[in-house]
Amino acid sequence: MHNAFRFWPVFMRNLLVWRKLAIPSLVANIAEPLMWLVAFGYGMGALVGEVSLDGQKVPYILFLASGSICMSAMNAATFEALYSAFSRMHVQKTWDGIMNAPVNLDDIVLAELLWAAFKSLFTVTAILGVMLALGISYSPKLLVAWPVLLGVGITFSCLALIFNALAKGYDFFTYYFTLFLTPMMFLSGIFFPLEQLPPIVRSVSQWLPLTNAVDLVRPLFMDQWPDQALRHALVLLVYATIGFWVALALTRKRFRG
Amino acid sequence: MNPLFECKNLVKRYGDATVVNDVSFQIAPGECLGVIGPNGAGKTTTLRMCLGLSSPESGSVHAFGLQMPQDALAIKARLGVVSQFDTLDPDFTCAENLMVFGRYFGMKKAEIAQRIPQLLEFAALTHKADAKPGQLSGGMKRRLSLARALINNPDVLLLDEPTTGLDPQARHLMWERLQQLLQQGKSILLTTHFMDEAERLCDRLLVLDHGQKIAEGTPRDLITQHLEPDVVEVFGNGAMALLDSPLRSLAQRVETSGETVFFYTVDAAPLLQALNAHAGLRTLHRPANLEDLFLKLTGRQIREEG
Repeated sequence: MHNAFRFWPVFMRNLLVWRKLAIPSLVANIAEPLMWLVAFGYGMGALVGEVSLDGQKVPYILFLASGSICMSAMNAATFEALYSAFSRMHVQKTWDGIMNAPVNLDDIVLAELLWAAFKSLFTVTAILGVMLALGISYSPKLLVAWPVLLGVGITFSCLALIFNALAKGYDFFTYYFTLFLTPMMFLSGIFFPLEQLPPIVRSVSQWLPLTNAVDLVRPLFMDQWPDQALRHALVLLVYATIGFWVALALTRKRFRG
Repeated sequence: MNPLFECKNLVKRYGDATVVNDVSFQIAPGECLGVIGPNGAGKTTTLRMCLGLSSPESGSVHAFGLQMPQDALAIKARLGVVSQFDTLDPDFTCAENLMVFGRYFGMKKAEIAQRIPQLLEFAALTHKADAKPGQLSGGMKRRLSLARALINNPDVLLLDEPTTGLDPQARHLMWERLQQLLQQGKSILLTTHFMDEAERLCDRLLVLDHGQKIAEGTPRDLITQHLEPDVVEVFGNGAMALLDSPLRSLAQRVETSGETVFFYTVDAAPLLQALNAHAGLRTLHRPANLEDLFLKLTGRQIREEG
C-alpha cells in the first residue's frame, strides 16, 4: 500500500460500521431537516408567500429548501466529526488501536474528515431526493449543487475536527453548537433574506462559511448561476484549509506525549 | 546475533519529571524480554517510544535495520502490539475485528480471510467468531487482542501487561499461547508486574524503577546475584520481637512487612532449629524468588501513582 493511501482502510472501517446501522441512521439524519422544511416551508410559506431576493420573487418553500440543505450538510458533517469521531478517538480508543498498525495519526484525521464529508453528502443526497419528490425544484443545475454540497460538508468537517481535538468530553460540543452553529444558522440567510439584517451584521454575515455556502447553492436551485461564485468558493476553501491545518496541529498536540 | 530491536539511551521528560531516564535494551531473535517495575516506573512510556507514538528527548529506537521515527510505518508493519487497555472495535464481531485490522496493514481481503480461522483457533475463540467484544469475558478479549496483533505475522510482539486483570485460568491459557509463539521463533517484549509471569516466560529481565534501569539479566542470575538463596518468613505472636533477639545473626539480611519478618539466609537449618524453641510462631521456608528480588530492588512502599 502506498503511504498516501493509509487513510483508506480507516475510512472503510467507518463505512463498515455505518453499513450495519445505515437505515436507522438515515431516518435520523433526514427526518429532522424534513420536519423543518415541511413545518416552516408549508406552514410559514402560506403566511409569507414569496420572498424578494435581489429583485426576484421566490416561493418561500424554494427559498427555505435551498438554504436548509446547506444547513443539513453542515449539521450532518459536524455531528459525525464531533460526536462520532470523539467516541472513536477518546471513548473507544479506536484511534490508539489503529496507530499500533502502520497508520499515522494524520491519516486517521484525514479519514475522519473524508468520512464526515461522505456522511454529510449521503444525508444531503437523501434530502435532495425528497425535495425532488415534493417537486420543490427540478433545476438541472442541482447536479452542480451536489458537489458544491460535498464541499460544504468538507468545510464543516474540518472546522468540527478542531473542536474534536480540543474536547475533554461530549459537553464541550454544546459550546460549539450554541456559540457558533446556531447563531450562524440565523445569520446566513436560510430562514429569511439577509436584507432583513442591520448593515453591520450583514457585513459579518458575508464572511460566514454558511452564508457563502447558501449563496452558492440557492441560485442553483433556481436554475441560475451564482454571482461571485469564485469568491464564495474561495471563502469556503480558506475555512476548510485553515480548519484542517489547525485541527491536525491540535490533534497531534493532543496525542503527543 | 544482531538484535532485532534495540533502544539506546532513551530519555523522556514531562515538564520537570523525567519518566524514562537513559534506558537501553536489545531484543534478540526468538527472545522474550520482560520489563518489570512498579506502577509509574516508565514501562508504558518506554513501549510508546518503541512504537514511535511518543518521541524521546534523546536516544534512539532501531528495529529490523530501520530507525524510528522516520521508518515508523515500515517498522510497525513487522510489529504486533497488545496495549494495556483493549482497543477492540465494539461494533464488529471477532472475525470482523481481525479483518478490519488486517486492512490497516494493507493486506488483501483474501489473505486476511485465510488467516482468520487459524487466529481464532489460536485464541480459542473459534466458537465466538460472530460474537462482539461486549459479549466476551476479559480473558477472551485479551486473547482476541493478541490474535489481532498477530494478523500481520509480526516478527516482534510488544505486549503491555497482557494478563493484568485476568483470572488464573485465563492467565495460564495466555501464557501457554505466548510460549507457543516463542517456540515459533517470535520475539516478545513483555511488561508485567506479575513475577511468576516474568519467571515463566522471560529469558531476560529488565527491572525499571523511577524511569531507570536498575538491574538486567536472566531471572536465575538476578536472583543469585542479588539475593541469599533461602527465605524464612516468620509471623504470629512475638514475631516482631525476633528483630532484637540473637536469632537475627543467623540470617544475612532481615526485612519486615506488616507483622511478618523475612530472614534471608544462605543456610536456613540453624535458623529453623532456633525457631523451634519459639512456640506460637508460624514459619514458611522457601527458596528466594523474583518477588523477593523485585521488592528488594524497588522497595516495599506502595506506588499508587500512574
